Amino acid sequence: MKTNDIQPKAPIFTLAIASGKGGTGKTTLATALAEAAGIPVTLRDCDVEEPNAHLFIRPQWHCHTEQTRPVPQIDQERCTACGACAELCQFNAIAVAGGRAMVFAELCHSCGGCRRICPEGAISDKEVAIGTLDCGTQHKNPTTPINFIQGKLAIGQVMAPPLIRAVKHIKAKETLNILDCPPGTSCPMITAVRGSDFVILVTEPTPFGLNDLELAVETVRQLQIPFAVVINRADSGDSGVRSYCRSNNIDIALEIPWKREIAEAYSRGDSLCDAAPELKQQLHTMLQQIMCVKETA
Amino acid sequence: MNVAFSATGTDLDSDLDQRFGRAKQFIIVNTDTDAASILENTQNMNAAQGAGIQAAQNVVNAGATAVVTGNCGPKAFQVLQAAGVKIYHTKLSSVGAALKAFLAGELEEASSANAEAHWS
Repeated sequence: MKTNDIQPKAPIFTLAIASGKGGTGKTTLATALAEAAGIPVTLRDCDVEEPNAHLFIRPQWHCHTEQTRPVPQIDQERCTACGACAELCQFNAIAVAGGRAMVFAELCHSCGGCRRICPEGAISDKEVAIGTLDCGTQHKNPTTPINFIQGKLAIGQVMAPPLIRAVKHIKAKETLNILDCPPGTSCPMITAVRGSDFVILVTEPTPFGLNDLELAVETVRQLQIPFAVVINRADSGDSGVRSYCRSNNIDIALEIPWKREIAEAYSRGDSLCDAAPELKQQLHTMLQQIMCVKETA
Repeated sequence: MNVAFSATGTDLDSDLDQRFGRAKQFIIVNTDTDAASILENTQNMNAAQGAGIQAAQNVVNAGATAVVTGNCGPKAFQVLQAAGVKIYHTKLSSVGAALKAFLAGELEEASSANAEAHWS
């Protein structure tokens, strides 16, 4: 197998692995792609609410930093309880009652609007801890180590996007960025996927998989990012996903079979490439084709 | 005094909405004049988050000094309490029955929220 034949012209190519439905195989695919790429890869676990790619990558950790985000802090001496901040806040994170402004920091999206609109200059930023960023390296293949980054949201925190942005913004020199994205189609998924060069939507051939795939397709189309579908556990379920893709002109880039060996490897935290070595070449070829999309676009 | 009742409809025969933050609307009764007015809450019914906080803010801004509802969570409770609004929980099914019980002094003022927060 040739391992050095992916040579993207763009300096960095970002591939997001998303799904809609949870548990379809995003992490399985993202970690396997990182191994099959054959070029230096940065794998970023953007599913900060439940990061699990590290279980498969088992990196040697080399840095760990605390992350914070700004929330409003009211100077009660200056506050006149005019209510401008509460009125502006789209997230209902501020109320003005009993002559004072009250902040519900856990609802704040850190937009900074309240601080700007306050006519008294009574609002300042207070940094609150939201989680951690961890970096490490996997040396399984010494010639193409995997640079690994993950975010881990602190218990009790509900705002994933600021931490996801931090995971994405760490600079890396590797040519290929693979993002293991959160499930769903709400803010965390959009934050993770936004700005990518290509999205792979992993699904399963079930009515649940299809329902959420349709939502994910709509989302990715809104974001105007080219995408393709990968069907996991392909020989289970029904034909709904395939007919949907056919009638909507959506490329099915790969089908991962439903095999006991794959499930067993997953349960041990072993790679898909180890459980089904025949898939490694297919993954490599798929990656090659996807990265060509950008070159020809 | 102005008393806000969480309601599913617009008159006293309406069901008392058991939800505070996501109540359909509030019927605000002035117990001195018997006049009633409607405070819309549709926006909070569909809010992604913070419905209780915003509903409490609106009730406070509307000048209510008491709230009668089924359930009230901790954040709404905190806002109402800061504004000095008294909170009464009841399982009575209609706004009319709740108003009668309130006027008869049969409702007990709540000292804490009786529903869990939805966030954190």
